[in-house]
Amino acid sequence: MPVEIYLNVAASGLLTGLVYGLMALGLSVIFGVVRVVNFAHGEMMTLAMFLTLVLFNALKLDPLVLMVPVAAVMFVLGYLMQAGLINPFINRPEHSQFMLLVAIALVLVNVQLIVFGPDAQGIRTRYSFDSFKLGPLVTDASKVYAAGAALVVAAALFAFFRFTLLGKAIRACADNYDGARVVGLNVKRLYALTFGIGSACVGAAGAMLMVVSDVTPAIGPANTLLAFVIVITGGLGSMPGALLGGLLIGLTEALGGVLFTPSAKSMFAFALLVLVLLFRPQGILGRRET
Amino acid sequence: MDRRQFTKVAAAAGTVTALSPLNIARAQGARLKVGVLLPRSGVQAGIGQDCHRVIDVTAGILRDIGLPALDIMNADTESNVDVARSRAERLISEGAQLLVGAFDSGQSTAIAQVAEQRGIPFVINIAAAPPITEQGYKFVFRNFPTAPMILGDAFANQLEVFQATGVSPKSAVFMHVNDTFGQAMQKGFTGVMSNFTMPYKVLQTISYDPAARDLSVEVAKARASGAEALIMVSRLNDAILITRELIKQRWTPAAILSMGPGWYEDQYRKTLAKLGDGPMSFVPWYDPNKKLSKQLEAAHTKAFPDIDLNTNHIYTFEALLVAADAFKRAGSANPKALADAIRTTNIRDNVSTGPGIQFDAKGQNDKLRNSVVQNRGGKLLTVAPKGAANAKPELPMTAYDKR
Repeated sequence: MPVEIYLNVAASGLLTGLVYGLMALGLSVIFGVVRVVNFAHGEMMTLAMFLTLVLFNALKLDPLVLMVPVAAVMFVLGYLMQAGLINPFINRPEHSQFMLLVAIALVLVNVQLIVFGPDAQGIRTRYSFDSFKLGPLVTDASKVYAAGAALVVAAALFAFFRFTLLGKAIRACADNYDGARVVGLNVKRLYALTFGIGSACVGAAGAMLMVVSDVTPAIGPANTLLAFVIVITGGLGSMPGALLGGLLIGLTEALGGVLFTPSAKSMFAFALLVLVLLFRPQGILGRRET
Repeated sequence: MDRRQFTKVAAAAGTVTALSPLNIARAQGARLKVGVLLPRSGVQAGIGQDCHRVIDVTAGILRDIGLPALDIMNADTESNVDVARSRAERLISEGAQLLVGAFDSGQSTAIAQVAEQRGIPFVINIAAAPPITEQGYKFVFRNFPTAPMILGDAFANQLEVFQATGVSPKSAVFMHVNDTFGQAMQKGFTGVMSNFTMPYKVLQTISYDPAARDLSVEVAKARASGAEALIMVSRLNDAILITRELIKQRWTPAAILSMGPGWYEDQYRKTLAKLGDGPMSFVPWYDPNKKLSKQLEAAHTKAFPDIDLNTNHIYTFEALLVAADAFKRAGSANPKALADAIRTTNIRDNVSTGPGIQFDAKGQNDKLRNSVVQNRGGKLLTVAPKGAANAKPELPMTAYDKR
């Protein structure tokens, strides 16, 4: 097989991986601060995808523009979820949190089925069928735009946590819960804000994914699983780790598919996860628990 | 016997005799209770709901052609084999005298077992797995081609299309979805193909995950093989994904030859508009020239103006047609009488391609033929076999960037 095939496939895998990374970033942010594993993560992303679809049909705006209102709506939803539903479970056993979030996931899937039906639905933009040709490389334009947007959103998120007072306060809560309370931080409110920010990330990733793929309620659980594979590979709670995990999973799936058999490409992503768990259980960029 | 006893017996006999015509009239007036099992929720919900659409249209057509009306009892199999089995049990308990369904081979197999145990006739609308009618069942009938019949006809029809267009691809890639249906077709593909002298050589076989959200790798691999034609066994969503990738990767095969659903479906054509033109589907279809086809098409278009008649509608309609025809000839809803009547079915004025509806000793309609439908101008044209076509096939496909 010509080398250009491997180059094309690797480029496509990396671009898809960036969007995957942004999706997983939301999960990593929430776990890193609130220490709650969001088992409704994929279902929330499917909700964001449907929201993008509805807004696109109503306003005819580009999904990459709609990313802003969708992220805002998801922020509010995440904030309310944390403040109203999850905060009371913060100090309860982990299995209670697990059951709560699985229940939320099931409710979301079924509501989406009732409202939107089971069929796949997609968005057709003016660049849906475009591709860029650069020498032997033929790259999907939609993936390039979505990956570019993912990079911008990820950079904004890193800047927020690093340079803003609110971002530093949230990091303080993540580093030392008691210390944060002693210095007078409203930890419950910061938790709700963090869940909102994580959900906004999911919203932005959902809007971007609508550019490159269709949505059905059934893809929610698969997306949750994918996000877990990515954050565990990259390091649970590490934001750069989530992006790196997304890139690695995207690349592994793509090259595994072309080198072996495409129907088994998910197998290679899981094989990578097993290797990471064996040799670096905290994830590639994760910190070992002390 | 004394005079009083004789009078009583005579009076009783007279009463029975006098009332018996009323009994006949009541039997004739009663409707056959038909339990229709379809996957109306779950992963096959879209298809199950599509099959169900034709039920509303069927009543009027049966009346117009002089067949008795049916009492339809609906049941949702939830796309699940175990649910299909329990719903079939429940329908029979609630009085269903004949069952119809269930689109899927696994679910139809489960219902067939129940129907056979309970002695209730079961007319399968859509299910291609051969074993269903290989079990020696007495109450199970299938008016749908088996997977080997579909494949055999597909190759025969391909040869007809290549001859008619003068375009014979020399190489092909075979791509199939990696589920039960796709694997069954893949296993049959090589074996059945060896019975025909095909002009092309299959360079590569590529299977892909039915839940895949991105098929760029698969299409890149197919494109790299340098094949002239793409042979597909897919579903709807993957057919759309593959077409998008073909366009993005700037590859237009000379022919896309599909041996399954997806490429002819309404959603495919609506989603892709003119970019959905060109593929040919080798599928169980209808003969547009038959009288009943025109009647069904007109009624269906009136009821669902935005949805074209397709395999799901045709074979669900014909299953109900078989039920009504058998009920009329049996003159009774007795299950055995109904099964005997179905076994001797001989409906010449039907809809599907082929000489008509008859069942062999196994309960299989082995006379069914496939058709070739091509997407052109956003419409579906039947281009083969010649006797059941309304247009001529066109190959090679117009390049995607020149539309």
